Amino acid sequence: MKSIIPEPMIPKPFRIHRKLKETHDTYTIELESTNGADGFPFSAGQFNMVYVFGVGEVPISISGDPSIPKMLRHTTRSVGTVTKAILKLRSGDVLGVRGPFGSHWPVNEAVGNDVIIVAGGIGLAPLRPVLYSFISQRDKYGKIILLYGARTPEDLLYKKELEQWRGRFDLEVKVIVDSATGNWRGNVGVVTTLIPRIQFDPLHTVAMICGPEVMMRYTLKELQSRGIKNENIFVSMERNMKCGICLCGHCQLGPKFVCKDGPVFCYDHIKELFGKREI
Amino acid sequence: MQTLEPYLAEHPFLEGLEPYQLKIIVGCASNVRFDAEQYILREGEEATNFYIIHQGKVALEIFTSDRGPITIQTIGEGEVLGWSWLIPPYQWHYDARAIEPTSAIALDAKCLRAKCEEDHDLGYELLKRFTHVITQRLEATRLQLLDVYGVH
Repeated sequence: MKSIIPEPMIPKPFRIHRKLKETHDTYTIELESTNGADGFPFSAGQFNMVYVFGVGEVPISISGDPSIPKMLRHTTRSVGTVTKAILKLRSGDVLGVRGPFGSHWPVNEAVGNDVIIVAGGIGLAPLRPVLYSFISQRDKYGKIILLYGARTPEDLLYKKELEQWRGRFDLEVKVIVDSATGNWRGNVGVVTTLIPRIQFDPLHTVAMICGPEVMMRYTLKELQSRGIKNENIFVSMERNMKCGICLCGHCQLGPKFVCKDGPVFCYDHIKELFGKREI
Repeated sequence: MQTLEPYLAEHPFLEGLEPYQLKIIVGCASNVRFDAEQYILREGEEATNFYIIHQGKVALEIFTSDRGPITIQTIGEGEVLGWSWLIPPYQWHYDARAIEPTSAIALDAKCLRAKCEEDHDLGYELLKRFTHVITQRLEATRLQLLDVYGVH
């Protein structure tokens, strides 16, 4: 008899290769398929359902390099039962992975344009694959600007990579933190305040935003005030994804399913839904 | 001799002023430079100037006895530093420290206040511009207060 369980519902076993501490509560785990040879192709912006056996399953964005499908990377913050359990696991332990699910950032559609990436907090994780993609095809894009806001300097993700990106002449990287003590030499304030400080061609710019919804709301306002059209602004929405394949309805955003129609949306397609209190 | 007029005329903060108003402002302006770590203004001192940052970066700080100086905001190129010169008792509410070598245009507060008293149109124009800056900073401060990246 044929199984009625759709294949996307069956987690595949992945072994933890390495666990990297990013901040006091955030880690990146590197996973390899237990089958060895299998790669894990994905597009920048997609997510997986990560299953800690006996504990539960959570949606986590893929934070690795799409051109290196053999190594699956997830960056997660320890805030709930499952993510806390993930952080207790060690190298060699096995997790279940379903995915990749959802839509992706418009990496190809942005070719020939300036690109502004605005990340807030752990929102940099789903945007890191985009940066890898842009850097690997740098000559296809105009300006590439990363604006990254975090709570404090200690909460910044990927510090080494941020330094490397800042050191490149063909990337503009601005980092800002909400608060800092005297030894921080960088910017202090909210990420939206960086937008008036950058130069770009508003008619030929694609913006990609990921962070808490309230941060995205004010970022949208600033980008719009600089003349970027709604159809060129993309946001990554976070909802309570469960099945990942548009069956359960847990992640509904009005008529949209974040797990399938999203998590990356063109703002123009969801502007009526964005920030709506009832949903 | 090159004056500050061309730079100030093109600055977004002063854009759209009548030429005679711009001349008044230029008359109250001077070039200043600060070394990294140099304090530009100190909490409680008289607000004798406001600044348009030309180059560099300035940290607005509050000093706390237990945590030392805490940066609440940084201000960079093209931005305006200081509005206490407009509001009695004309004293700074925070410290401002250059965290990079910084060059700026200093606008003499007493000079400008006197000109604004004489010419209310100029005063209104400046007030409109400062209200915009204050509104932006207030909005940013409210977002900071939300602690959007914290675990809630």
